[in-house]
Amino acid sequence: MDSVEEPLSRAPLVLNRRNFSWLTERISGVVEQPAPRWWWVCFTITGTIATFGLFCLGYQISTGVGTWGLNHPVGWAWDITNFVFWIGIGHAGTLISAILYLLRQRWRTSINRSAEAMTLFAVMCAAIFPGVHVGRVWMAWYLAPLPNNWGIWQNFRSPLMWDVFAVSTYFTVSVLFWYTGLIPDLATLRDRATTKIRKFLFGFFACGWRGSNRNWRHYEMAYLLLAGISTPLVLSVHSVVSFDFATSILPTWHTTIFPPYFVAGAIFGGFAMVLTLLIPARAMFKLHDIITPQHIDKMAKIILLTGSFVGYAYMMEFFTAWYSGNSYERFAFWNRVFGPYWWYWWVGMLFCNMLSPQLFWFRWCRRNVYVVYFVCMCVNAGMWFERFIIIVGGLHRDFIPSSWGMFYPTWVDLWTYIGTLGIFTSLFLLFVRFLPMIAMSEVKITLPEADAHYGSTNGQHPAAAGGKERM
Amino acid sequence: MRTPFGHNVYAMAAEYPSAAALYEAAKIVRDAGFKRWDVHSPFPIHGMDEAMGLKKSWLSGWVLFGGISGLLTAVLMEFGPSSILYPLDVHGKPTNFMTVPAFFPIMFEMTVLFSAFGAFFAVLIMNGLPRPHHPIFNWDRFSRATNDGFFLVIEARDPRFTEVEARELLEKSGGQHVTIIHDD
Repeated sequence: MDSVEEPLSRAPLVLNRRNFSWLTERISGVVEQPAPRWWWVCFTITGTIATFGLFCLGYQISTGVGTWGLNHPVGWAWDITNFVFWIGIGHAGTLISAILYLLRQRWRTSINRSAEAMTLFAVMCAAIFPGVHVGRVWMAWYLAPLPNNWGIWQNFRSPLMWDVFAVSTYFTVSVLFWYTGLIPDLATLRDRATTKIRKFLFGFFACGWRGSNRNWRHYEMAYLLLAGISTPLVLSVHSVVSFDFATSILPTWHTTIFPPYFVAGAIFGGFAMVLTLLIPARAMFKLHDIITPQHIDKMAKIILLTGSFVGYAYMMEFFTAWYSGNSYERFAFWNRVFGPYWWYWWVGMLFCNMLSPQLFWFRWCRRNVYVVYFVCMCVNAGMWFERFIIIVGGLHRDFIPSSWGMFYPTWVDLWTYIGTLGIFTSLFLLFVRFLPMIAMSEVKITLPEADAHYGSTNGQHPAAAGGKERM
Repeated sequence: MRTPFGHNVYAMAAEYPSAAALYEAAKIVRDAGFKRWDVHSPFPIHGMDEAMGLKKSWLSGWVLFGGISGLLTAVLMEFGPSSILYPLDVHGKPTNFMTVPAFFPIMFEMTVLFSAFGAFFAVLIMNGLPRPHHPIFNWDRFSRATNDGFFLVIEARDPRFTEVEARELLEKSGGQHVTIIHDD
């Protein structure tokens, strides 16, 4: 039961010496058993909120984006804040499935599937905002370089155009990666299906997977290469998002530190959201042996690491502003801390993003789910505030004091944002009920008996240590 | 080859109690010189490719092909409109050699996108998937191949295949529930 890592042995990734069939039963059971009462409670709440959000979307599309609080001088506010917020959350999934795969971090297997699903839902929520911000949504196809009868083409050197390609590529590659990983598990559900319709649907999407080693050979190569190409992709996406700001001339936006700062912030916020979803899901479906304290501990460490990157970037921005000697730049950062949006900085950036993750230096904090959950909630909120401060903080007081102004959100702004939270959580709850939320075929590899030399006399005997680490 | 009841024989198959047992059995079948055979497991077993005598997967070639075609697509898609159909001069930056770096992000994204499609379609095509019906599903024990079962299957198409030899080999290598699988 002890999941603390000792210096010379690895703590087991699946506790209580569970075997293959236990893993299959427990993980498939989440899909096959009736939903627990808590699931229905959560889904009713999130579904209601999502309905509000959809209503707001319909209202603002039919009426126009004038229903938002955007006006001069703040032309980008909650919409783009929400876009960057959701895109950022989407980064944890691919980080876990790609970068941690290349780094041979086997603990990722318990969490990668749900993190990837979360990525997809987060990117869907993100896409809503620029889509609606276009104003006339039915003309969003102008973003695509298609021949048209006006003979007009896109400016491919615009960061906004790069963003279109980065986000759509990211979504597509994430879907492919996620689905490739799902195929063996869908085959498991197909083979366990008791009704004809389940058998047909899982069979259809499992593509007739047979677990053959001649297939696994190509499959593993495909997975490795997908991980390899997703790694620069995940780093590029938030870099490109940051270019939307960094290539402008506005103080606080025009910053070369933005790409790494945004990527670190995205991973930071994404991991917080993974934990926000997985800690309740783990309790709801009794997955404590698969998502162990060790997993939470490691994710908390990543939050600490990326949170410290982010804190460093915040401090460096102040230093650069001071060192630049540029009075607009200096004022913009002074305004960030002491201007009308002062408390956004003190609460959101300083307390939530810089200070709260520092609790994770202490093991008892990383091992206490309530502390972890508290920090994750702080980070979720803090990352939203951070994006708001960057976007609105830069716009509302620019070069000429006569053009200064404030941003006031309307009820449509508020409920569209809350609505996407509902859409996101509803989609996640549906995912948990209809697809295996943990990658069974990958978790099984982490068991000691998955080793081809397990129990043999000439191979190493890993039983005592709970499995060798290398794949 | 047919059974006394007139069924076509697809293969001779056996179940093994563990991944390690399957690994050892694969080495025996490989050394016996069989070519058309396969092992089935709920997860990829590390080292099994060598145990089966399989080489590295060249799926990577398709990914490279995808990546190159993505890059070329992006080059055509960007420079066609920008330099011929609809030249733009934004912020005093015309389309020329000096402004090429600003076209790179989309080239990168398209390269990644097409590589990913290459990997995805190659894994399906090289594995002969989707294939919803397969003779091996006729064996009722085989449903455990996606749960906790380890199977070795020698196809009747293999030139060395004889019922007696295949059965003997599977039993000798520790196989249980040695069975003939029908084609229909």
